[in-house]
Amino acid sequence: MTLEVSVEHRLDAFTLDAEFAVEGGLTALFGRSGAGKTSVINVIAGLIRPDRGRVMLDGEALTDTATGRFVPAHRRRIGYVFQEGRLFPHLTVRQNLLYGRRFAGLPRRAADIDQVVGLLGIGDLLARRPATLSGGEKQRVAIGRALLARPRLLVMDEPLASLDEGRKAEILPYIERLRDETRIPIVYVSHSIPEVARLATNLVVLSSGRVAATGTPAEIMGRLDLFPLTGRVEAGAILNTRVTGVDARFGLSLLRAAAGELRVPRLDLPLGTALRVRIRARDVMIGLHPPEGLSALNVLPGTVAEIGQAEGPIVEIRLDCAGEALVARLTRRSVEALGLEPGRQVYAVIKSIAFDHHAFAGTTPAAGADADAVAG
Amino acid sequence: MNWLTDLSPDELTAIRLSLWVAMWAMAVSLPLGVATAMLLARGKFWGKSVLNVLVHLPLVLPPVVTGYVLLLLFGRKGPLGRFFADTIGLVFAFRWTGAALASAVMGFPLMVRAIRLSLDAVDRRLEEAAATLGASAVWVFVTVTLPLILPGIVAGMILSFARSLGEFGATITFVSNIPGETQTVPTAIYMATQVPGGDAAALRLTVIAVVISAVALFASEAVARRAARGAAT
Repeated sequence: MTLEVSVEHRLDAFTLDAEFAVEGGLTALFGRSGAGKTSVINVIAGLIRPDRGRVMLDGEALTDTATGRFVPAHRRRIGYVFQEGRLFPHLTVRQNLLYGRRFAGLPRRAADIDQVVGLLGIGDLLARRPATLSGGEKQRVAIGRALLARPRLLVMDEPLASLDEGRKAEILPYIERLRDETRIPIVYVSHSIPEVARLATNLVVLSSGRVAATGTPAEIMGRLDLFPLTGRVEAGAILNTRVTGVDARFGLSLLRAAAGELRVPRLDLPLGTALRVRIRARDVMIGLHPPEGLSALNVLPGTVAEIGQAEGPIVEIRLDCAGEALVARLTRRSVEALGLEPGRQVYAVIKSIAFDHHAFAGTTPAAGADADAVAG
Repeated sequence: MNWLTDLSPDELTAIRLSLWVAMWAMAVSLPLGVATAMLLARGKFWGKSVLNVLVHLPLVLPPVVTGYVLLLLFGRKGPLGRFFADTIGLVFAFRWTGAALASAVMGFPLMVRAIRLSLDAVDRRLEEAAATLGASAVWVFVTVTLPLILPGIVAGMILSFARSLGEFGATITFVSNIPGETQTVPTAIYMATQVPGGDAAALRLTVIAVVISAVALFASEAVARRAARGAAT
């Protein structure tokens, strides 16, 4: 799948001027409220006819203002999961799920229906009406409804934004399975770093209607210049790791990344599971020598790659740890006291305790996953 | 109770005719009412406010005026009257069809208002969702909009039917008061009160009018409740 978007559109005082191209997997459109994320997917889905520009899906022009082509939304076969679910209140869950089947020319009984119902865990809800469902149940039904119309592309507009933390944790695994098992390309709108870090294979950062950056989550999260957009508090680098062992005596798991080995509070994951670990900049300390007599368990050697723009007393620095980026937030005073400058050999120190559920993708500790599993 | 059950053939005919006329008025108004409500609620076109005023005019005009306008337009010599007579052989003047037309016109604003209110309450985002699932505009209307405005449609039908049962001024002006053809319960009551010794007949018909109206309202309430339950849960 290739999706190419290049549009200009004015909406009142807001101007959207976005251009990007993505391939398969889950592409997160990331940005603050008002950055134009929803407008972009409305353009893709055909709910907005842009002033100028093109939307190409696998080489087919869905929108092209130059030739006047505009495929109406109902002929695009782009599934849309809305922030508020938008289930049809007059239909049962089953009828909602099957709504798109007729228009797609698909049978009302088929193996894929049972499969989607099973994937989303909504088998017990089929006879109910949407009004009787919880927020999380509604969103799962909405995802199922979009999937069962067998879309070429699925767009999701902050599907978790209206849910509390518990419900989010309930749905995230389903979206991961969707990404990994259905192979339907997904464009996922979000303003939440933990969500994006956990789910995205690709990231498009939007700011004031423009594309500020595109890349993998690890690339984007490691970029100091994007911190104002990605948010300083939650900012942090992503390491791709694999579960390599368990320290049963102390209840720790061992993770191996290119940058080195990490010990984190025990994860109930099989050995070999690939795991994306987000290490927030504020949880990283810097030493000039391998630390001794220190309680922190995780020490990753690296070199200073970049020192960011200071904001008040705070400055972020990016380390290169065997090819992986790690970001640390320090005071300007520390940077000066240690004489940090690009190329300098340093040691990044991370407390194991920093790997709590906040450091990761919004999973709850009870789920046993402080980090988020990525199949593969 | 003999005085109540001893209905004369003319009175029976008037009752049957009233129901017949009201049913037709309601049935013919329905598709037009839904279409007009859609136009007024969703349409963007020049002259929309003119259409709006036109639809609501019978609500505020004296019924006699509405009846007279109908006579001018749909009478034997009226342009529309001649058109319908020539093309499909439909004559309104001094026929029960004219009574139905008068009733329909008088009830139309009530029906349109009820349907339009429910249309305004429809969440357009649901229609958008239906489109992303592959439904064309017509299918969106049939499978989403129509079920959601069903309570409004039922309410509109009730109002139109009830208004028809009570129609007097426009009917008597347009198609007069011909027993067996255009004499409905209200006009029959009026006639009864105008002749000596008609008191008993007037009272009989009055009681019957009350009963019919009450039954119609109860029935429609029940239907509306069911429709509302179906749509809301």
